[in-house]
Amino acid sequence: MKAFEKLNPNITVKTQPYDWVATTFTAQLAGGTLPDVFTVPFTDGTSLINQGQVADISSLISKLPYVDKFNPAVISNAKSSSGKIEGLPISAYGQALYYNRQLFTQAGLNPDKPPTTWSELQTDAKAIAEKTGQAGFSTMTQENTGGWSLVTLAYAFGGRAEKVDGKKATATVDTKPFQKALQVLHDLRWNDNAMGADFLYNWNSINQDFAAGKVGMYISGGGNYTSLVQQNAIDPKIVGETVIPLDGKNSGALGGGTIAFVRAKTSSAVQDAAVKWIDYYYMQQQYDKTASVSAAKLAIASNQPVGVPQVPVFDKATYDKTLEWTKKYVNVPLNQFAPYAKGEFKQQIIPEPAQQTQALYGKLDPVVQAVLTNKNADIPTLLSQANTTIQSLLDSGN
Amino acid sequence: MTTIVFLLPLLVVFGVFSWYPIVRSVIMSFQTTNLVSAPVFVGWQNFVAVFNDPLLGTAVLNTLWFALLALLFGYPIPLVVAVLMSEVRKARGLFSVLAYLPVVVPPVVAVLLWKFFYSGSASGVFNTVLGWVGIPPQPWIESTASAMPSLVLEATWSAAGGTIIIYLAALIGVPSELYDAAEVDGAGIWQKIWHVTMPSLRGILFVTFILQIIGTAQVFLQPYLFTDGGPSNATLTILLLIYNYAFGNSAGGSYGEATALSIMLAVALAILSFIYFRGTKRWSA
Repeated sequence: MKAFEKLNPNITVKTQPYDWVATTFTAQLAGGTLPDVFTVPFTDGTSLINQGQVADISSLISKLPYVDKFNPAVISNAKSSSGKIEGLPISAYGQALYYNRQLFTQAGLNPDKPPTTWSELQTDAKAIAEKTGQAGFSTMTQENTGGWSLVTLAYAFGGRAEKVDGKKATATVDTKPFQKALQVLHDLRWNDNAMGADFLYNWNSINQDFAAGKVGMYISGGGNYTSLVQQNAIDPKIVGETVIPLDGKNSGALGGGTIAFVRAKTSSAVQDAAVKWIDYYYMQQQYDKTASVSAAKLAIASNQPVGVPQVPVFDKATYDKTLEWTKKYVNVPLNQFAPYAKGEFKQQIIPEPAQQTQALYGKLDPVVQAVLTNKNADIPTLLSQANTTIQSLLDSGN
Repeated sequence: MTTIVFLLPLLVVFGVFSWYPIVRSVIMSFQTTNLVSAPVFVGWQNFVAVFNDPLLGTAVLNTLWFALLALLFGYPIPLVVAVLMSEVRKARGLFSVLAYLPVVVPPVVAVLLWKFFYSGSASGVFNTVLGWVGIPPQPWIESTASAMPSLVLEATWSAAGGTIIIYLAALIGVPSELYDAAEVDGAGIWQKIWHVTMPSLRGILFVTFILQIIGTAQVFLQPYLFTDGGPSNATLTILLLIYNYAFGNSAGGSYGEATALSIMLAVALAILSFIYFRGTKRWSA
C-alpha cells in the first residue's frame, strides 16, 4: 500500500475490512456503505452492472494494456448487456472434486487414482461409506449452494440452466442432464447409502466437515484449498483434488470467480484512483514478474498458500509464466493437486447462468434437498415445477 | 406545557425508531426499488406478486403448523411445571434457576448447540441416547416430517423459562386462604388446582396465549439457523420468506415484496388479536 502511494503521490488508500457475505453485502449495497473498491462473485456481476449499481468504469478499463487479453469465459462475467466491461475479474476457478486421501487409503482405494467417471465415483463413495463409516460423497444444499452444486453436476452431464437469446431468457432445468444429475445424487443417497446423515450443508459447514475427515468427496471451487487452510486449519496431507468427471456432449466444468468493482456514485477522480489500485493490487501479479514474485513472498510471510491451481484470468501462456516465476515459493502439496492441474485445461469452462444467477440457484436448493431427504421424490415433477418458477423469475427481469 | 416537554424525548425516540420506519415500509410496499436508483410506484403489484408466489401458501401452512405444535407443547408444559414447582416447599429457588437457565443462553448459541445435538448420524448426541435404548438413529432436522417438531422442541426449551417465571409469580399471588378454605371443604390436590389455581391464573393465561400466537407467527430464528427453511421448504416460515425476498438475492432483493408481505402479516395479526379480545371479553373479565 505504501509502495502504491509512493508511485501515486496524489492518491491516499484507506483500508477497511471487507468480506463478501451475501446478506451483509445486500445491506451495504442498499445502504451505499460499500468501500470504493469492492469484490463480488461472478454470480452478481452482470446483475449489478445491468441494474446500474456499480460505477461505469469501462472507459478507464479500455485504456489498460491487457484489455483484450482476458480469458473470454472469464471476462464475460464483467460485461454489461451491451458488451461494455465495467469490472475487472481478479481471479477465476473451475469447479473441482475434492477428496480425502486418508479415507481413500482406509477404504482400500488408491489416493493417486481418484474417480474419472460417475460410476467410479459411486463405487468409491460406497467403499468409503462401508469401510470407514464416513460419508463417501456429500453435497451442499443450503443458501443457494444446493443450486450451484446441482448446476455444476448438470453441466458435467452436458446441460445448461438457462438459454439466453437476445433479451429473452428461457429456463432449461427441466431437461435430461438435470434429471441425470439428481438421479446420481438419489442413487448415492438411497441405493448406496453413501452420503452420510447430513443433508443441510452450506459452503462453510461442508468445508468444516471435510477438514474434520467426515466427508470422503465433495465438489467445490478449484481454489478452495486456500480457505480450507485458512479457515478450517485442514491437515494438508489429507487433501486431494481432481477434475469433475464429465459425461456426454457439451459437458464442462462450471467456472466462477471474483470481480472487483467500483462503487456507484463515486467521483471520476476516485474512479481513476480505484482502477489504478485494482490494477496494482490484484492484476499486476498476474502478468508482471516483479509483482508476481513479491505477491508470492508476501503470501508466504503471512502464512498463506502459494501455488493453488486456478483458472487463468488472462490467456494460458501468461498463466504458465506466472507459475514459472513463483515456482520456488510454492508451499502447497502440488502433487496432491496433480490430477486437477493435469485435467483442468482439457475441460471446457462454462460460465454460470447469466441471468438471476443467485435466485435461480436458490430455487434449486429445495429440489436437491427433496431428493436427499425423500426416497420417493419425483425427480421429473420437481424439475418441471422448478423450471416454471425459474421462468417466472427470468420473465420478471427483476 | 411541562407535560409536552417531558413527553418530547419519548415522542422523538418512538417517532424516529418506530413510527418513521413503519410509515416508510408502508410506502415501500407500493414501490419497486433497489435502494440505489430512484424508487418507482407500482400500485398493488408487490401484493399481487406475493399472492401469486406458490411459496406463500407453503410458508403460511408451515407457520400455522409451527404455531399449533408450539401451542401443544409450549403452552401447557410451562404451566404444568410452574404448578408443580409452586407445590414444592424446599429449594424452590434452585428449581426456578434451573427452569430459567435456558433463557439465559443466547438464542443463537442455543440453536448452534442443538444443531449439534440433532446431528443425524449415529454419533449425534440425541441419537446416541436413543441408541442406549435400542432405537435406531433419527434424522431430526434432516427430514421433512421431523424437522418442524424438532424446531418446536428447541423453541419450547429455550422459551419455557420465562413463561414459567410469570406463572410462578401469579401462583404465589393466589391468596392462601382460598386453598385453606378448599381444604376445609375436603378438596384434593387436583380439585384445588382446577377450582382455585386455574381461575386465579385466568388473566395471565389469557395474555400469554395471545402473546404465544403472535410470537409463533413471527418465528424466524429457528428455521433460519437450523435449516434455512429446508429440507425442501418444510420449515419455510412467513418471516423467513420475507427475509428471502429482501436478502435472498445478493445483487438486490425485492424490498417491495418483502415489505408488502410484512404488512399483510401485521394486518392479519392485528385482526386476529382484535377478534380474540372481542371474543373472549366476557370470559376474561
